[in-house]
Amino acid sequence: MSPRAQVYILAVLFALMGAGLTIYKNRELGFPLLPGEYRTVWTIEAKVRFNADGGPAKASLTLPREQRNMEVLGETFSSSGFGFNIIRADDEYRAVWSRREASGSQSLFYQLDVHQTPGAPLEQPLDLSTEVDKPFLGAREQEAVRQAIYSMVESAHERSSDTKTFTTQLLTALGDTRNQDRNLIFGYYKDRSLVDVALLMLSAAEIPAHRIRGLYLEDDRRRLDPEDLLEVYDGKRWVVFEPRTGSPGVPRNFFIWQRGGKSLLDVEGGSDSRVTFSVIANDVPARDVAMLSTSNEKEALVDFSIYSLPIEQQSIFKLILLVPVGALVVVLLRVFVGIRTSGTFMPVLLAIAFIETRLLTGLAIFVLILVLGLWVRFYLSRLNLLLVARIAAVVVTVVILMAAISVVSYKLGIEQALTVTFFPMIILAWTIERMSIVWEEDGPYEVVVQSGGSLLVAVLAYWVMTNSYIEHWTFNFPELLLALLGFILIVGNYTGYRLGELMRFRQLVR
Amino acid sequence: MNAFSLSRIGAKLRGGLVSPLALRRMGVLGMNARNVNYIARYNERRLYPVVDDKLNTKRAARRAGIAVPELIAAFETQPSRSRVMEVIEPLWKFVIKPARGSGGKGILVVVGRNGPNYVKPSGAEVTAMDILRHVSNIHSGLYSLGGKPDRVMIEALVDFDPVFDNYSFEGVPDIRVIVFRGFPVMAMLRCSTHSSDGKANLHQGAVGVGIDLASGKSCHAVQNGLRINRHPDTEMPFDKLQVPGWRDLLRLAASCYEMTGLGYLGCDIVLDRRRGPLLLEANARPGLAIQIANGVGLRSRLRLIEKMDIEDLERNVEERVAYSVQQFSAAES
Repeated sequence: MSPRAQVYILAVLFALMGAGLTIYKNRELGFPLLPGEYRTVWTIEAKVRFNADGGPAKASLTLPREQRNMEVLGETFSSSGFGFNIIRADDEYRAVWSRREASGSQSLFYQLDVHQTPGAPLEQPLDLSTEVDKPFLGAREQEAVRQAIYSMVESAHERSSDTKTFTTQLLTALGDTRNQDRNLIFGYYKDRSLVDVALLMLSAAEIPAHRIRGLYLEDDRRRLDPEDLLEVYDGKRWVVFEPRTGSPGVPRNFFIWQRGGKSLLDVEGGSDSRVTFSVIANDVPARDVAMLSTSNEKEALVDFSIYSLPIEQQSIFKLILLVPVGALVVVLLRVFVGIRTSGTFMPVLLAIAFIETRLLTGLAIFVLILVLGLWVRFYLSRLNLLLVARIAAVVVTVVILMAAISVVSYKLGIEQALTVTFFPMIILAWTIERMSIVWEEDGPYEVVVQSGGSLLVAVLAYWVMTNSYIEHWTFNFPELLLALLGFILIVGNYTGYRLGELMRFRQLVR
Repeated sequence: MNAFSLSRIGAKLRGGLVSPLALRRMGVLGMNARNVNYIARYNERRLYPVVDDKLNTKRAARRAGIAVPELIAAFETQPSRSRVMEVIEPLWKFVIKPARGSGGKGILVVVGRNGPNYVKPSGAEVTAMDILRHVSNIHSGLYSLGGKPDRVMIEALVDFDPVFDNYSFEGVPDIRVIVFRGFPVMAMLRCSTHSSDGKANLHQGAVGVGIDLASGKSCHAVQNGLRINRHPDTEMPFDKLQVPGWRDLLRLAASCYEMTGLGYLGCDIVLDRRRGPLLLEANARPGLAIQIANGVGLRSRLRLIEKMDIEDLERNVEERVAYSVQQFSAAES
C-alpha cells in the first residue's frame, strides 16, 4: 500500500474514532457540544416535622426509588442531634432518624438534586404484588354506597373494552360532579381523597392497583404536599394514570417519590408528624450535570480520562490540550501560507504565554525582552565567549530582565506585567540568540520578517486557542484530538502551492 | 548591510498574487510538492549525512573521482588556539566553513593579509581573535541545524575562473544544477551584488541567471524577482555570458547522483581557473528559486524523467547528460 493511501486510511480512522467518541459522549453521557449549555437541575427538599413526646423518637421517611428518567445527582440529609442511617426494607429505601430523647418541635431535612433525562419513566416489569384485597362493603358501608360503587363500576365496564379504558372511564366518572353515584360516594367518604376512592373502586372491580406518591416539579414551590397518581395492572403491565384527567402515562414533570408502598412517613415517639416538600429549579452548566451523573455510574470513558485527575492537574491539562490546536495553526500557516517563523513551534509556546498574560501585555513584554536581549547579546558577541556560555549568559539576562520588568511595573502599578513569569525563559534566550545570528547573517530585514512571522502566528494561535468553542471542545472532548491528528496527517500530504508562492513565482506567469 | 527597507516590502506587495491554476499551467514546482513528491520520495533519509556534512561530501567525492576544492585541515574536536594558528599561519587565502552549516551560514572567506589582520572579500579586516572566535562558534554548533556540535573545515580558496569576474560584485558566482535521478534538469548562476552584500542568496538580492542546459549560455536573469538584462553593479549584459566547459560541468553534476545516491539533488559548482568545475557542496533540499532565475517551471522536466522506463534510468553519466542537453534546451521549453 502506498504511503499516501495509508495516510488517508489512518486519517479517516482517526477522524471516525474521534467523531464517534464525541458523539457517544454527547448523546449517551450528555456532554454538551456547545459551551454555555445549561440543564435544569431540580433541588427537592423534604421537611419532616413532628412534635416529640420527650422519650425516644424515631422517624423514617421513604426515599425516592430510582426513576428512570430522573437522574439523582446528589442527596444530603440534615439530622441535627439525630442518629441517621438508610435502611432497605421491602424493596424500598428508607431514611431513619433516631434519638434517645427528644422533645418539642423537630425538623429533619432530606434534600436531593435530580435532573430530568429523556426516556421512559418507569421500569417494566415491576415486581409488585398484583393481589387484590377485595373491600368488605358489608355492614359498615351503607347499602346505597355499595350500590353506587357497583353501579359506577358496572357503567364504566360497559363503556370500556379493557382495563386501561375501564380505568379511564372510571376516573372520568369520578371527576364528573353531575354524577349522582359519584356524589353519594364522596359524600360518604368525606375524608378520603380521589385516589383513595379510585383505589377502593378498582379493588371492587378486582383490578390490582396502588398509588404512586410524588411531586410535580415546578420552580419555586414551597410547602407542597405529595401528590398521588394511580398505577393499575392491566394483566401484563403496570399503567400509570393521572387521577384527575384519567389519562394514562406519567405526567412529564412528575417526580415519583414512592411507588406502591404503604406509608411515606412513620414517626414513633412523636405526634403531629407531617412531611412537606419544596422544589427549586437551578440552571447548572450541562457539563457539570454530565460529570455528576457519569461519576455515579463510573463510566469507563470518563473514569479513565483526565476528569479523574485532581482539579489542579485538570486545569494544567486544559492548557496542554490546547497545544495541539496551536500546532495545527502553525501547520496550516506554514503549509498553506508559508509564513517564516523563528523556531517551528516557538509561536505555540508564545501563544500559551499570551493566554496567561493577555494579548497586549504579552506582546509588549515579548518585544521588550527581545529588543533588550538582542542589545545585550550584541555586546556579549564581542566578548569571544563559547556558545553554551553565551546562551547561558543570555538566559541570565532574560531572567534579570523579567525580574526587572516585574518589579518596575509593580511599583508603577501595572500589575498585568507581573504575568511576565509565564514566558518560557530558555525559549526566549534561544530566540534572542537565533535572531542575533539572523541579524548578523541576513540583516535586520530578515529579523523583522521572522520575528514578525512568529508573532503573527503566535497571535493567530492565541486567538484560536482562546476561542471559547475550541476551549470547550478540547477539554470536554479530548477524543477530538484524534480527529485533529487525522486532519494534520492529511495536511501533511498537501502538495499544492502556498499562498506565499503565488506571490513569489508571479514573474513566471507573465 | 542589507538594510531593512519599506520599499522592498512595498514592491513585494504591489506585484500581488497569481492564481494557483496559472502556476500549475506554467509547471511551477511548489515547496509542498517538492517536499512530498520529490524529496520524501527520492531522497532516502540515510543518505543525507553524505550531503549534510561537507567533510563527508568531500570524502565521497574523492572516492567517486569528483573534483572538489582542496581541504587543508579539518578539526574534529575543539582545536586549541595554537593548532588553528599553526594551520592558518602559512596561508594567504583560505575559507573556514562549518561542516554542517546550512544556507551558506558561517562561511568565512579570507582573500589576503594586511599585517596581522586578515582581509575579507569585501575589504573588511578581521583579526586572528575573530577567526578563533569564528572557529569556536562553528564548533559549538552555532551554524549547524539544531545547534549540534559541528566540525570545522579549512579549505583552500578556489582560484576562480575570471570568466565571471564582470558578473559578480565582491563574491564569486557559483552554479547550481538540479539533478533529478542523475539527469541535470535545470541550472543557474548565482551572482552576488552590492545589495546582496557579497552573498549569493537570491532572496537577499543576488542575481539569479538561468543557464541554458544545452549551450551553457545565459537565458534569463532575475534580481529581487524582476527580470534584468545587465548586472546591476557592473553593468555587464548577461546575454554575452557563456559558461566555459559546460559539458564537463554537467558531467560533474550528473555524476553526483552516483556519488550520493540521492534522487533529487542540488549541486553547487564553482569554476577553477586551472582545474575546471569543482563540486562545492551538494544539497538534498535544493531551493526553488532556480525556477525564477530560469523563468521556467521544474515540474514538466521532472515529470518527463519520472515517466522513464527502468532501463532508461540505468544510463551512464555521458548518456544522461546528452539526454538532458537535448531535452532541456532553453529554446524548446
